[in-house]
Amino acid sequence: MLFERFKNEVEDILSRYPVKRSALLPLLNFAQREEGYVSESAMKEIAKILDLTPPQVFETVTFYTMFNLKPIGKFHLQVCKSLMCALVGSDDLVMWIQKKLSIAPGQTTADNIFTLSVVECLGSCGTGPMMQVNDDYYEQLSEEKVGRVLDDLKRDGTSSLKTGPFMYPQPLAK
Amino acid sequence: MTTYEKILLKNMEQPGYTGSLADYEGTGGYRALRTVLKEMQPDQVIEVVKKSGLRGRGGAGFPTGVKWGFIPKNHPGPKYLCCNADESEPGTFKDRQLMERDPHQMLEGMAITCFAIGAQTAYIYIRGEFRLGAKILEQALQEANAAGYLGKNVLGSGLTINIFVHLGAGAYICGEETALLESLEGKRGMPRFKPPFPATHGLYQNPTVVNNVETMANVPHIINRGGEWFASIGSPPKSCGTRVFCLSGHVKRPGNYEAPMGITFRELIYELGGGMRSDKPLKAFIPGGASAPFLTPDHLDVKMDFESVALAGSMLGSGGVTVMEEGTNMVWAALRLMEFFYHESCGKCTPCREGTSWLVQTLQRIWNKRGRPEDIGVLDELCGNIPGRTVCAFGDAAVSPIVSTLLHWREEYEALIQEALETMPRNKEIPVFSH
Repeated sequence: MLFERFKNEVEDILSRYPVKRSALLPLLNFAQREEGYVSESAMKEIAKILDLTPPQVFETVTFYTMFNLKPIGKFHLQVCKSLMCALVGSDDLVMWIQKKLSIAPGQTTADNIFTLSVVECLGSCGTGPMMQVNDDYYEQLSEEKVGRVLDDLKRDGTSSLKTGPFMYPQPLAK
Repeated sequence: MTTYEKILLKNMEQPGYTGSLADYEGTGGYRALRTVLKEMQPDQVIEVVKKSGLRGRGGAGFPTGVKWGFIPKNHPGPKYLCCNADESEPGTFKDRQLMERDPHQMLEGMAITCFAIGAQTAYIYIRGEFRLGAKILEQALQEANAAGYLGKNVLGSGLTINIFVHLGAGAYICGEETALLESLEGKRGMPRFKPPFPATHGLYQNPTVVNNVETMANVPHIINRGGEWFASIGSPPKSCGTRVFCLSGHVKRPGNYEAPMGITFRELIYELGGGMRSDKPLKAFIPGGASAPFLTPDHLDVKMDFESVALAGSMLGSGGVTVMEEGTNMVWAALRLMEFFYHESCGKCTPCREGTSWLVQTLQRIWNKRGRPEDIGVLDELCGNIPGRTVCAFGDAAVSPIVSTLLHWREEYEALIQEALETMPRNKEIPVFSH
């Protein structure tokens, strides 16, 4: 049981709201961060904690695009395809990643390391093309830069090329 | 190049400024909150904000002080403030910078707003993807609570102000204020009917103010320097103050530029943004996020204030300007935005749910050179039947890319359809793409 291990965290989340149901998204986010996806058992557990029925939890989960209902790879590559990123080359980037990893959007590599998704606007339009990998943003990408990010992630589990705190354009040096 | 006094981005552009509490205090941070708690009554604060002419920076541009004034004073239960940090409008990326680089600025604005409307609890509804922003805000909240600016007995005033970060989970519609409240209540983020408005029936059916991040960040400066000072900047009387304009697309120096409202698109794109990134001339631009209809180079000298952009047939919206160079196919551009709206329609209203799907399919058909002569009529008819027939403004926004591109670049649609007619075998039914 996932949440039995995190009683303090659950209490902290519940204490923020006067109505229990408000803790639904925070608990789902928590479950996904711990397990990589929102499992059926996590949904049932959350329903119990919040005095909801499992279908009430399920109907909410399916509304939001960030919740994965199936396990995915260790790194979730989400490339923005909205107009602003497309204008500066996101389509080519997606093609390049597909070729490099031999997977189509929605698929996971055979070694379970990378899952590729093509998503709508991630709110980083001035620094496109960009992608989100798990919690981190990678911006102003080129094929060469993505190649380095993928190598870094595979080798070290993280990459120094991640961006933020966000400041763009950078102030000109005086 | 013209230079402007910056208000919101000023601190973060100082070398070495980290956005920590110490740094923020070093620039005079939390002075406004002290002034408000010591010297002012809630009504006086609302009056100053009304006088400043500050209008919401999220997109709709409703006068902020007026919105605060709608909160009933004698409500027996709790009142709430929700800071809308669900920045998801394509073309807009200002709030992310305000939160990640100077979080205390908006927190101070929120604390002052809580005092003005009599709220003890406030939530920052931040889009789920902005993990770093949420983490930075959590740290800033800890600092502010420890320093006595938030929490119980704020600065010895006896007031309680608690602010919490609430992460969304990927739904553009949650930026709509009533959908945000539904989502915050743990439900599907579907907009509510208005009236009743959140001012009387908001979060948990209690009086609630929903304000954008940039709106909140302006508040401390208005208190420090006065409503008249703010009202004298920009394009008074209806578009006061500065705006953080987001510039993206085929431009040399994309980014966030703070300037007084009323500068022209030409100044933003060619002076601040350095002009087009290649030798190709400008073909089109979106003046205020994906919801705003496209404009043409003929509109470059339009002033960037609420009224002038509306007169030009579009809207200033969230302040996100996206530039497209000559060679960009406008059917493709409209299709890209329609795919966004189709994906993000919450599904509550049939015209929007079904209409966006039809629009995407029709545009895909035309773009894939399988269009039919009647398709332009189909687009016209669909676009005329969605706006005004939905609970929220999403339906109106969704058709704007098509309506405006059909208005200015109709021949590009016709050319693609003509190509389809010439390349498709005669007397053969043209297949219709379906998802």
